[in-house]
Parts: sequence; structure tokens; C-alpha cells
Amino acid sequence: MTVVLGIETSCDETGVGLVRDGVLLGDALSSSMAEHARFGGVVPEIAARAHVAAVVPCVNEALTRSGLSLNDVGAIAVTSGPGLATALHVGVAAAKAYAMTLGVPLYGVHHLAGHAAADTLEHGPLPAKSIVLIVSGGHTSLLLVNDLVLDPVVHLSDTLDDAAGEAFDKVARILGLSYPGGPAIDKVSRDGDPHAVKLPRPLTGPRDPKLGFSFSGLKTAVARHVEAEQKAGRELAVADIAASFQEAVADTLTRKAILACRLHDVSTLVVVGGVAANSRVRSLAAERCAAAGIELRVPPMRLCTDNGAMIAAVGDLLVRAEAKPASLSLATHPSIELTWAQLDRSVAEVLQNQ
Amino acid sequence: MLVLALDTSTPAVVVGIIDTDQESPLAERFVINPRGHGELLTPLIQEIVAEAGLTMSRLDAVVCGTGPGPFTSLRVGMVTGASIADALGKPVYPVCSLDAIGVAAAEVDDLLVITDARRKELYWARYHRGVRVAGPAVGKPEDVRVPGVVLAGHVASLYAEPWELPDRGIEYPTTATLVAAAGDALLTGAEPGEMVPLYLRKPDAVEPGARKSVIQA
Ligand SMILES: Nc1ncnc2c1ncn2[C@@H]1O[C@H](COP(=O)(O)OP(=O)(O)O)[C@@H](O)[C@H]1O
Repeated sequence: MTVVLGIETSCDETGVGLVRDGVLLGDALSSSMAEHARFGGVVPEIAARAHVAAVVPCVNEALTRSGLSLNDVGAIAVTSGPGLATALHVGVAAAKAYAMTLGVPLYGVHHLAGHAAADTLEHGPLPAKSIVLIVSGGHTSLLLVNDLVLDPVVHLSDTLDDAAGEAFDKVARILGLSYPGGPAIDKVSRDGDPHAVKLPRPLTGPRDPKLGFSFSGLKTAVARHVEAEQKAGRELAVADIAASFQEAVADTLTRKAILACRLHDVSTLVVVGGVAANSRVRSLAAERCAAAGIELRVPPMRLCTDNGAMIAAVGDLLVRAEAKPASLSLATHPSIELTWAQLDRSVAEVLQNQ
Repeated sequence: MLVLALDTSTPAVVVGIIDTDQESPLAERFVINPRGHGELLTPLIQEIVAEAGLTMSRLDAVVCGTGPGPFTSLRVGMVTGASIADALGKPVYPVCSLDAIGVAAAEVDDLLVITDARRKELYWARYHRGVRVAGPAVGKPEDVRVPGVVLAGHVASLYAEPWELPDRGIEYPTTATLVAAAGDALLTGAEPGEMVPLYLRKPDAVEPGARKSVIQA
């Protein structure tokens, strides 16, 4: 069985993981998150500089943790898109250099396919059909996944504007909470009343796209409320506002995810991404899945956020599907939609040519 | 000793393999393509390894230009160099890319190497007989200009006339000059320095100001 080394550098996390036959052997992660904090969001150049310093040490740390050496690596998988262009280049350059020097095949992987694969490392292979809700700082997507690497992924919907995590971060700023805002809002919400402030449930009207997301209006609604309160000279009920906002996001996300399962006759929902850490998103998803007879799968947090193991997991599936490797001129794709888990080379194309 | 040298600090991708006992490289490539470094570099290395009749595992060391240069391409080269060295279990020696031009004009008493830093600025360093005496730094052309020097570097030809200075005609690092710039450290197998890109500029980023009101609209 082939050991696949996965490299992820699409945003602010340098991640490296080693996977063999669906099993995570070891991984390493280095984050530049703290360096972005005072800018209120990820600064691409800062992220890229951090990747340069971190990528080789992460490879070695992941190997040490797996008890393996580079000679044991039989294939390399790397996120070649989507993500920050300047950050993607770092991981792709490293992946090519390792693949060429070790003389092993290289696979370019779609970042979101990685998120969908993450849960397989904890809970085993995905069923024949599943709905995957990806909720992170950069993405809010509903995917219909059949065989993750052999079939095209159906991108059911995306956010029209802000990603859910981004909305958490922006609302936290409005409320004067720390960055990243998700954990901060989650924490203060525990002491708040989720029904204290009436906030909209975006895109849930009869004429709205059934599975669509939009969070920018919700953020503005919070900002208006805050300004109105301040104008009226009232002290901000931060916990109540945070809890109400969190409730609105959790309600919208889970409502649409369950609807996607119903519409596509799917009985497994996988929730991944940084926002899957949110306590209310989790409890509401569990509650609603149980009521609808849907199996809910949420990977542990370290696999929910960006990491290298999830990219290695896709690489492992590609190796086992005998997918054709990428060439060493593999390009980066900063804004490519998810159709195929493997970029630059669709497995279907390969199978057809066999 | 078989050395792989590479530099991506300029619009050119420079890669070559040299046997340190010989004058000329066993194989090298020079391709000008400012946006193509990421896609070109590794395949070019694979080509020259084959052309030299070698395998990667025969290499004894890597020499890598560390800039200054445009960030994205510079990073591609440096990460590639570092990863190859790591995969080989061999050392990688960082060299300031401007030094690989400075050493090529070791007969010149006062050499000013200039390369394009974009944003109407120049990266520069000054050399006395091949040895760096000032820089590397980045600045506006009018501040970089000094009387009485000889120019080199890939934008020297653009400034020679307006500045009324001679152009030594050395534009880019080469396999041989990169290895020469690595100097004794490489030849004696000394502990290499750290692979830190010479950005010479802080990342562009502004701290957010006060929130704008959303009510006025
Ligand atoms: N407990 C939480 N509740 C809500 N959002 C959270 C929580 N923890 C993290 N997040 C959000 O998750 C995002 C980071 O997730 P990640 O998957 O690393 O995303 P990306 O790499 O796309 O930025 C941030 O926007 C952060 O605020």
C-alpha cells in the first residue's frame, strides 16, 4: 500500500499529512493566524512568507510523528486550488520538488474535496451518497458527493457574499470581540439569549434560491442594531447580540443542509470547516438530523480546519483509483469550482481512456 | 562535487548542474518568463538532470539564489531548492542573487548591480572587486544612482544612458556565478546559512480603521 504525503498551503495554515489506505499515519500543522490578527483577516503576503518558512519543517515533523522517512513516501498530493494564489504557489512548488526528487507521482487536489475527505480519516469511507456542508472562513458550500474521486462533485450552492466564518469574524469586530471571531462569539453567546435580537434568516423567502447562502445582510443587520443602540445611548448587550447572530447562522446553515439531504434523497450529512466547531451549529445540526433520520458526521476539530491530512486522504483515494498523476508543470488555480477532486486531470477522463 | 544551482529572483528562470572540478556546467537552462517560474522550474530541473546523464540522487548540494526579487517567483525557487535538498538529505546553500552578478565582474573596482523591484524601484548592491560592500537594498532610481560606478544587472541597460554610466553587460546570475558566490562554504561543506528570502519590503497590509456607519445610506 502506498503512503501518500499531502501538502496544504491555500490559506494561512501550512499542513502536511501522511495517509495510507484511508488511515492517517501522522500530520503537522503550522499556522500564521496570529500574525494576521491585527489586520482583521488573512493577509496573503504574510501567509505566503510563513508557508516558505514552515513547509519543509512540517514535512519532517509529519514524517517523525508517523515513524516514517521520505523513502517510505510513494506519492505526493497537494492543494493546487482554490485559495490565495501566492500561498498556493509555495505548496505546489514544494510538492513538485519532493515528487521529482523522490521519483514518485504527483496529484493536484481541490481544496474543498480535501475538506470532504477529512471525515473519512476519522469515521471511515463515505457512503455511496452524501451531502457535505463546508463552512469555513473562506467557504460556505453545499456539495452532493457520490464517489469522491470517481464521480464529479455536484456543487449545490455557495454563499453569494461572505462566508459563514467571515461573517463570524466581521460581526465579532462590530461587537469589539477578538479575532478570529468565531470562537469569541461562541464563547460570549453562552451567556446570551439567542432570541433577544430579531435578526433575518437570509435567503429563506419563498422566491429565494432554496439552498443558497448569504451572510452579508445578516452582518449589516447586526451593525444597524449596534449603531441604533449606541445612538440611543444604551449599553450593548454583547452576549445577547452574539447569541442571536449565532442562532441565525446555525439555523440557516442546518435548515438548508437538511433540505439538501431531503431534495437529493441522501441520508448522510457531513459538516466540515472551521465553523463546524461552533457549539450551536453542532447542537442544532445534531437535533435536526436526528429528527429527520439523517446520519450526521462531523470530524474532530483538527481535521475540520485546513490541514494536510485531508489532502493526503484525497491523494490516497486517487492512488487507489489508479488515477493518472499530474505532470511537474502542474498549475495553481486560485478560484476553481469543485467538480473533480483531482485538478488538471479528471479521473473520468482517465477511465475513459483506459 | 555535483551541484544544482537555481535562481528565480529575476524575470529569468536560471537552473544548471555543475561539477565543481570543471569550468562549464554539465547542463543548464535560461528561460525568460516572469509569470512562468512556478510551472517551468521543476520540469527544467528534470530536463537538465537527464541531459547531464545523472539522477537526482547523484547531486551533492544545492545552491539557491535568495533574491532580492519579486516575491512569488522568488519563493517558488527557494521552496523548490529547499525541498529538493531536504528530499536528497543534502545541504542547500543560500546566496544573495545580486552577488551572483557581482562575482562575475570581479575586475571592476566599483560595481553597482541593479535589478527590477517593480513599483518604479530598484534592488541594488555595490561591489568592490566581486565583494559586496553595500546593500542589498531597495530604493527609487534617483536614490540608487551614484556617480563613477560601473553598472550591471538586467535593468542596467535601461539606466546606463540616462545616468551616463558604463554598463558591464552582465544581466543575470548563471550556474557558474551562483556556485562561485556560494564560495568556500560550499566547497568545504561548511554548515549552510539559513534559507531566508531577501524581501527587503514589509508585506502590504493596513490595519483596519474605524468602522464606517451603515445607517446613513
Ligand atoms: N466556534 C466557532 N464558531 C464559529 N466560527 C468559528 C468557530 N471556530 C472557528 N470559527 C471560524 O472558522 C473560520 C476558520 O476556519 P478554517 O476552516 O480554518 O477556514 P479558512 O481556512 O477558510 O479561513 C474562521 O472564520 C473562524 O472565525
